[in-house]
Amino acid sequence: MSRVFAFLIRRRGGSGWHWTDIVTWVWLVGGLVIMFGPVLWLVFSSFKTPAALSEFPPTLLPMATQTVVVEGYDKPLELYRVTTEDGEERRLAQVRRVGIVAQMVDPEDPGTLYKININDRVPVRSVDFATGNYVEPMEKNDFTLYLRNSVFVTVVATIITLLTNSMAAFALSKYSFRGRDAVMLLIVATLMVPLPVLLVPLYSVVSAVGLFDTLWGVILPTVATPTGVFLLRQYMLTIPDELLDAARMDHASEWQIYWRIILPLAAPALAVLAIFSVVWRWNDFLWPLVVLSSKENYTLQVGLNTYAGELNVQWHFILAMTVVTMIPVVLVFTFLQRYITSGIAGSGLK
Amino acid sequence: MGRITLTNIDRAYGKLKVLHDINLNIEDGEFMVLVGPSGCGKSTLLRLIAGLDQPSAGRIEIDGADVTPVTAAERGLAMVFQSYALYPHMTVRKNLAFGLENQNMPKAEIEKRIGEAARMLEITDYLDRRPGQLSGGQKQRVAIGRAVVRNPTAFLLDEPLSNLDAELRISTRAELAALHGRLKTTMIYVTHDQVEAMTLADRIVVMRAGRIEQLGRPLDLYNEPANLFVAGFIGAPRMNLLPAKVTSVQGTGVTLEGPGGLVATMAVDTASLTAGDSVTVGIRPHDIACIDDTATGEDHLDADVTLVEALGPETVVHARIAGDQPMLAVLAGQPVAEEARTVRFRLNHEKLHLFDANGLRVPAT
Repeated sequence: MSRVFAFLIRRRGGSGWHWTDIVTWVWLVGGLVIMFGPVLWLVFSSFKTPAALSEFPPTLLPMATQTVVVEGYDKPLELYRVTTEDGEERRLAQVRRVGIVAQMVDPEDPGTLYKININDRVPVRSVDFATGNYVEPMEKNDFTLYLRNSVFVTVVATIITLLTNSMAAFALSKYSFRGRDAVMLLIVATLMVPLPVLLVPLYSVVSAVGLFDTLWGVILPTVATPTGVFLLRQYMLTIPDELLDAARMDHASEWQIYWRIILPLAAPALAVLAIFSVVWRWNDFLWPLVVLSSKENYTLQVGLNTYAGELNVQWHFILAMTVVTMIPVVLVFTFLQRYITSGIAGSGLK
Repeated sequence: MGRITLTNIDRAYGKLKVLHDINLNIEDGEFMVLVGPSGCGKSTLLRLIAGLDQPSAGRIEIDGADVTPVTAAERGLAMVFQSYALYPHMTVRKNLAFGLENQNMPKAEIEKRIGEAARMLEITDYLDRRPGQLSGGQKQRVAIGRAVVRNPTAFLLDEPLSNLDAELRISTRAELAALHGRLKTTMIYVTHDQVEAMTLADRIVVMRAGRIEQLGRPLDLYNEPANLFVAGFIGAPRMNLLPAKVTSVQGTGVTLEGPGGLVATMAVDTASLTAGDSVTVGIRPHDIACIDDTATGEDHLDADVTLVEALGPETVVHARIAGDQPMLAVLAGQPVAEEARTVRFRLNHEKLHLFDANGLRVPAT
């Protein structure tokens, strides 16, 4: 632990400060604030009540006015710190407000009613997490269903993406056939065609094959990605051909070579593509919005959109569900990122 | 059985022809070494035999059956690769088992074969390690083990020792020879190192530019190289090749004149020679002696010493004849002082080789 600390605070200037130390710190701290600040803001805001969200000036932490149950009143009353005329500070509960005058009672002694100018009182506030923002959409608004749809789309699309793309990459990297480079070029060239251009023809195709308003209609058009094929092919080119020859001498069929030699050795590249694919499919909004029309088929991202109505935007729900949609992506990065750096191919050679 | 016959094998990549009409008959149990400089086509030939590549023309037979169209797996051969080509993500045990599992062999049989091979190659202790955790020599053993467990009709070895350090190479070479003695399986071994070829082979194929230059037993190649290329390639240090001229042709031989005042009379087949022909005289460094420079007669020449390496039991003399012709002599004992400037060599008359203007050996009579 002390070594980690020593690593974190070590400076080029030794005990003093070199100018690069200052630049480094400013750069890194600034980067942290810029990159991580909005995320933190989002997470804290997702626990705010609608009233706290519209408050100005905004607070970072979700704050709520404390309430107290007072004898003789049905509803809990809001607590205020009041400075009386003689300079004494008291904690009073507000019964009602009339113009600029608030009628208040002492919770200890609910008998007497005080009339206080609203400028003389400050609400007693404390940090309060409005977990209802999360619970309510999950329980009432089908969000668990959306979540299930999103998970299904993401998992299935990623599996199919990995399978088909790695097969294409295997063929394009390890077999030589006429027109191989042309095929590769064609695949990479499709990177230049943006999705909005494809939207209409893709819609006609999906609709014609009867996949409209189904999750498969969301999955299938997205599984073949030129980026994935290119990425995997470049990685597979580094796998020595001698390994394939050795496997062929070892009675392996071409399928076994793919399944037992190429796939395990391409694991680092597959992990990268898996991360990409999960993030893409999970965050995909436009295409599912086009394909899905009935509410029970919505994915999370499309579901989120239902909170932004024409007249009323339910920010507290949107923020909370945005946090929920972020969680899987964060998890995927945490658990798969170590595969990115660990290349294992080549360790059996030379 | 493992008799392999190659008939009229050609291999071309587009217009580039890398093998020209190769004919070769490898007997069962034979240790055949293919040797030649890099790019001579020896590895290509091995891949053709393995079935990893197809010949453009010709036939490959194993035990009399034409296997030219048969896939690598079905030929029943096993190969050891230069880079070992061990599967890096599998343990040594899995590496050995992979080929057997693919043949749907029963588990018990696989275990038995791995156990035997591991004992024979002394790799039992690291069966559960991955190739990345092994040293070069250990990987080499595993690679050989992977071939041994298959129980193949023939082993194909593609420069298996070239990635080992010098010391390990010598000991592994001896182990390979012992392995061949024990298994008595046909082995085809590709190398560019003529020492490996000489020590391991029953017969050697010397290749150059896609053609077989000479095929024969190691000592035959050493004693009677068929042409200048083989003469220069086989034997270390390499044979001295001196340009000479035929001065007269008798019925039983020729008289030549070479650089440094060399005059030699050789009993050779004179059919292809006439007076005035340019020829090449070959003499191995070990067949040279140093004589007193007052001595006269045939088979001697004068040279300027450029470097003397006194090793104790023998002395290596680097010299130049007639100003520009380099010559190397390995003399027994310590006959030449290190500060010597000139020296008179006497060539062992019995060990002279003669090559005609086309570089072909002129046979002795």
